[in-house]
Amino acid sequence: MTAIVNIFLKQGVLDAQGKAVFHALKSLHFDTIQDVKIGKRIIVDLDTQDYNQAKEDVTKMCEELLANTVIEDYAIENIK
Amino acid sequence: MKAAILQFPGTNCEYDTQYALNKLGAQTTIVWHKDTNLPKDTDFIVLAGGFSYGDYLRCGAIAKFSPIMNSVIDFARSGGHVLGICNGFQILTEVGLLPGALKRNDKLHFISRHHKLKVISNNNSFLNKFQTNETVNIPMAHHDGSYYIDEVSLKELYDHDQVLLKYVDQNNHNTSPNGSTDSIAGICNKNKNVYGLMPHPERAMEKLLGSDDGVKMLEGFFST
Repeated sequence: MTAIVNIFLKQGVLDAQGKAVFHALKSLHFDTIQDVKIGKRIIVDLDTQDYNQAKEDVTKMCEELLANTVIEDYAIENIK
Repeated sequence: MKAAILQFPGTNCEYDTQYALNKLGAQTTIVWHKDTNLPKDTDFIVLAGGFSYGDYLRCGAIAKFSPIMNSVIDFARSGGHVLGICNGFQILTEVGLLPGALKRNDKLHFISRHHKLKVISNNNSFLNKFQTNETVNIPMAHHDGSYYIDEVSLKELYDHDQVLLKYVDQNNHNTSPNGSTDSIAGICNKNKNVYGLMPHPERAMEKLLGSDDGVKMLEGFFST
């Protein structure tokens, strides 16, 4: 199975890169822009066909290594 | 004083740190991260600066799983003195021995210059030779040194006298070159045996090279 993990800085933690890109897009006159967030997307291949097992394993990976939960939130999507 | 200096793939300040500690009279050993045991009778561990594991994923995130780290954690939990400088500080927060986290500098620049720091607390081994509000001139060199801690934990840091050093400008007013919460440059744990700071005292050992203020800082560990 494959799982996709999205990791972003928590609400309230300054996303300096997102802010820089936001200003760059503004200066390019994309006037509809309201906010930009930059994060990480991690694709994990797993040697199991058991959805629950995959979810449990990837959650553990996020908690132990993939995300630093002091500053980041993670979301696991698309396990299949 | 027997000091162990940890070396991960990508560490690059281990020899500067060794020079600094040798100068102060320590017996030093550089310990490869794949070792599982610290040298016998180690009484001080330094996690030196650099870019362990190329800063992949996050600074310090992968180093925390190196084999030597179990011994470091045991040593710290039994009260031994541990100091993390720059990347070492990042590793100590990742491993949970110090609170908070280090993130990308606010203005996204890699900052490499001498900076003035103010001693906030001297009620600890590290800074016991200083008066509070005394300042030192220490080089900083990092891309990911913006110290973040949530408000509740920040209050705890102050309540337990764990904020050690702050960045200040030439007029001794707090400043935050990298966006650190409350201008914080260095902290310790509640038990005051685990220390972390982003600036490099080991690079401030010789007047000829701009400053020897690091001597008085590192000496603190030798008097306890």
